[in-house]
This record gives sequence, structure tokens and C-alpha cells, in this order.
Amino acid sequence: MKYVLLFVEEEEFARDLEAMGPAERARAYQRVAEWMDTHADKIRGGNKLQPAETATTVRLGGGEPVITDGPFVEGKEVVSGYTEVEVADLDEALRMVKTWPGCPIIEIRPLM
Amino acid sequence: MTLEGVTPEHDRLASVVRQHASQLAAALMRVTGDFATAEDLVQDAVLAALRHWPKEGIPDRPDAWLFTVARRRALDGFRRADNYRAKLAQLQWPVQPDEDERLRLIFTCCHPALSRPAQIALTLRVVCGLTTEQIARAFLVRETTIAQRITRAKRKIADAGIPYRVPADDELAPRLTEVLTVIYLLFNEGYLATVGPPQSRDLAEDADWLAGLLYQLMPAEPEVAGLLALIRLHRARAAARFSGNGEIVLLQDQDRSLWDRQGIADAVRLLTRAARRQRPGPYQLQAAIVACHAEAERWEDTDWEQIVLLYDMLLHLAPSPVARLHRAIAVRYATGALAAMAELDDLAGLLGEYHLYHASRAELLRELGRPEQARAADQRALELTANPAEQAVLHQRLTWA
Repeated sequence: MKYVLLFVEEEEFARDLEAMGPAERARAYQRVAEWMDTHADKIRGGNKLQPAETATTVRLGGGEPVITDGPFVEGKEVVSGYTEVEVADLDEALRMVKTWPGCPIIEIRPLM
Repeated sequence: MTLEGVTPEHDRLASVVRQHASQLAAALMRVTGDFATAEDLVQDAVLAALRHWPKEGIPDRPDAWLFTVARRRALDGFRRADNYRAKLAQLQWPVQPDEDERLRLIFTCCHPALSRPAQIALTLRVVCGLTTEQIARAFLVRETTIAQRITRAKRKIADAGIPYRVPADDELAPRLTEVLTVIYLLFNEGYLATVGPPQSRDLAEDADWLAGLLYQLMPAEPEVAGLLALIRLHRARAAARFSGNGEIVLLQDQDRSLWDRQGIADAVRLLTRAARRQRPGPYQLQAAIVACHAEAERWEDTDWEQIVLLYDMLLHLAPSPVARLHRAIAVRYATGALAAMAELDDLAGLLGEYHLYHASRAELLRELGRPEQARAADQRALELTANPAEQAVLHQRLTWA
């Protein structure tokens, strides 16, 4: 089955990352890279997203599209990246994300 | 209005259905490999049984009867080209019982990716063979709500790829905790319903049966034995819990000659065997605490020091404000009301909305000679409970005390 892992950051995580020195931040990125390596055989693609401030939301339906600055939900939690994975079932996806060394929240969504 | 589970005949019907529904579900699951399909077929067969059996009597081989109905339904329902049809056509009675398959069924129903209400509804329907209507009545919610909950859960199992299997060893502990929680909640709901008439389906009995099934399937897991012992220790004393007019009788005032001594001894033996595995857990400890009460011949014989000690161990493994409240009550009898009151004061912020917190405070205040404050605490407790039997006790106290 294919799933997309949506990586979700919240303010505290972003602040912590901000507060890190260069060496510490490099180590944090290194851990993420290692995780990607470990699961390389299951990963089918994905990307890190630019910060939520760069998002633009368009609402259709009823006349002119309404274009607004920012993500579609205003909140403390924002999607910061995604990875498409191919695994046997939800349990395998759950096992995979348990060791994720990055942001503190992950949403697992099956693909159609 | 007729109520399920009131007559002995209804009880027998429910227990026969329960006995065979999950076996049929497991067998159909093996053939179709599709949870939703298997579940639908079982539900159809159960509904047919509930229509026919009250009139025609329970057949000699209820399992064969249910199997035949489900199989016929499947062969009628699926298109000739359908994959399931060919597989079901091959399925012959008797299906080989495979214990592991029922276990898989339970773990799938209680998968942590499903919401708690969905886990409970699904377990009742798939493992215990309850109909949607029976579940709705037991929880006093609308039938459509339960039906939607089950439909959504089945869709999620299929679409999100929730596997049909017993979790691997490294995942088993948290997943088993999930199953035990579902059974425990079911028991609590049945043992002390939060709302409504107490005479609806006896969910405590379903919980007892489920825990017994799980114990049969996983005899080496001490917490499973612990939960089963806990449920049986409570149920062995059920006859003394209510007075003739439906009011709760406090433990202190219960007629202990009504307790099922044999049932208590059996549950204690079960617990002792589990304890030998040296893997203590919250259910074993709670059962041990209940055993202290159940084994006391009279209220005065209760070993409160031992109970306080067991609560300390429980709080160490599973800290919770409610367990701290119960420990404080034990402290009252082991040490005194003043010491207990001090512990209760620390809990005010955490349990301010919990009726038993105020009811316990009222008792301590009364013992400490502060009747006005005691009345206020009883009044607060009364405002906070929806259970009619508990309301009755509090009313009585406000009137007489």
C-alpha cells in the first residue's frame, strides 16, 4: 500500500531548531538523512516544504476565486514536508514513523 | 417496551450467538480476506438467528445453522464472477477452528488507528455478535449513530490498510493494552452504567466473556489473567451490590453471605497463578486490591495496610488521580480521616468535577465532625452524577445524615 507521510511542525519545534547552533543543527539534519537512508527501499519520493508564510490559498466556487496569503488552516501546526512510502500495511507505516527523528507530529494518509 | 437480556431465554440466545459469531467471522475472514464482507455476512446470520430462534427454538448445532445462512447469503449476494463467491462455494462445514484467527479478529477491532468508540462498537459486533440495535440500546445512543460508526470503521480498516494479524512481539505490549482497555471500559459501562436503566444488555457479562476468550487465547499474558480476575472478583459480589429497590449498597453495608465465595476463590487462584510470572501490571494490582476486599469475611477484617501498599505499587506503574483518590480512602481506614483528608485536598484541582471525589470528601467531613461542609460536598456530588442508583445513595445521605 502507498501512503503519504505528512510531517507536521509546531511552534516549539521550529523555535528549538532556530535556537540550535550550526553543529547541532547539522546533526539534526544528519539524523533525518540517516532515517531516509534506512527506509530508502520504501520511499517513493517527497520533499521538504518552504515555510507556511510562503503559502498561498485559493478558494474556488461562487464567482471569482478568492486568493489569500498563508496556509488553508491557520493554526500552530503546519505541514512542513511529505514523503510517499510503499509498505505492506498501516502497521509497517506506523513502525517506520516511530523512529522519525524530525518534527513531532506525523499524519499517515493512504493514497487512492 | 421489551428489553434484551431480561428473560432467561434471551440470555441463552445472546450467549449462544456470542459463542459462535466470532468463530464464523474468523472462518469467513479466512476465506474472503475482507473484513467488511465477513462482518456483513455474520451480522446477516445473527439477525436471521434472532428472528428465527425465538419462534423455532435454538437449533442443535447453532454454529452450523449460522454458517449455512451466511454461506447461502454470500452465494446469493455475490456475482458469479466475484472472487469471494468461488472461495465461499468451496467452504464446507465444519470449518476448522483456528484459535489464532479469533485473536487476529480482536486485535483488528481494537487497532489503535480506530477511535475508542469505534473499537468498542466493532468488538461488540464482530467478536460478541451483538446487533447494531443491541449496541445502541446498551449505550443509549441512536442506532444510526452506531451504524455510521461501524461503517466508518470498516471503511478505514480497508482504505487505510489496517492489517488483519496478531501484532509482532515488539508491538504486542502496547497493542494488548489497547485490547484490555476496550474490555475494561466495556465492563465498567456494564457494571456501573453512567446513564439509563440498569436492565439493558449486561455488558459486564460480555466483558467477562471477552476477557475469558482472550485468556484462553493468550494464557501466558499475566495482565490478561489480571483483567479476567478483576472482572470475576467484581461479578462474584454483584448479588450484594443493590438493594431490593435498586439502590446501591455500600461495600461496608453489603450482606457478604450473598457473595459467591467459590467464584472469589477461583478468581484469586487465577490471579495467584498470573503473579507467579513476575510481570506485575495495573490489572493484576487492581485485582489484588479487589481480592483484599473480597476475601475479608467482614468489613472489619479488611487488610487496609495491604491495600494502601498495593495502591502505592499501582500508582507507581499507572499514576492516575482516581487511583490516588482510592488510595486516600484506604488511608482513612489504615491511618485515619485526617491523613486521608490531607491527600484529598491535594486532589481538589484534578478531581473537582468527579462526583466520587465529593462523595468521599463528604464522608470524611462527617467523620471529622463538619456536617455542614459534608452536606455541601454531597450536594456537589449529586449534581455531578447521572447514574440513578448513585443519585439515590446521595439523596438518602442528604435526607438522613
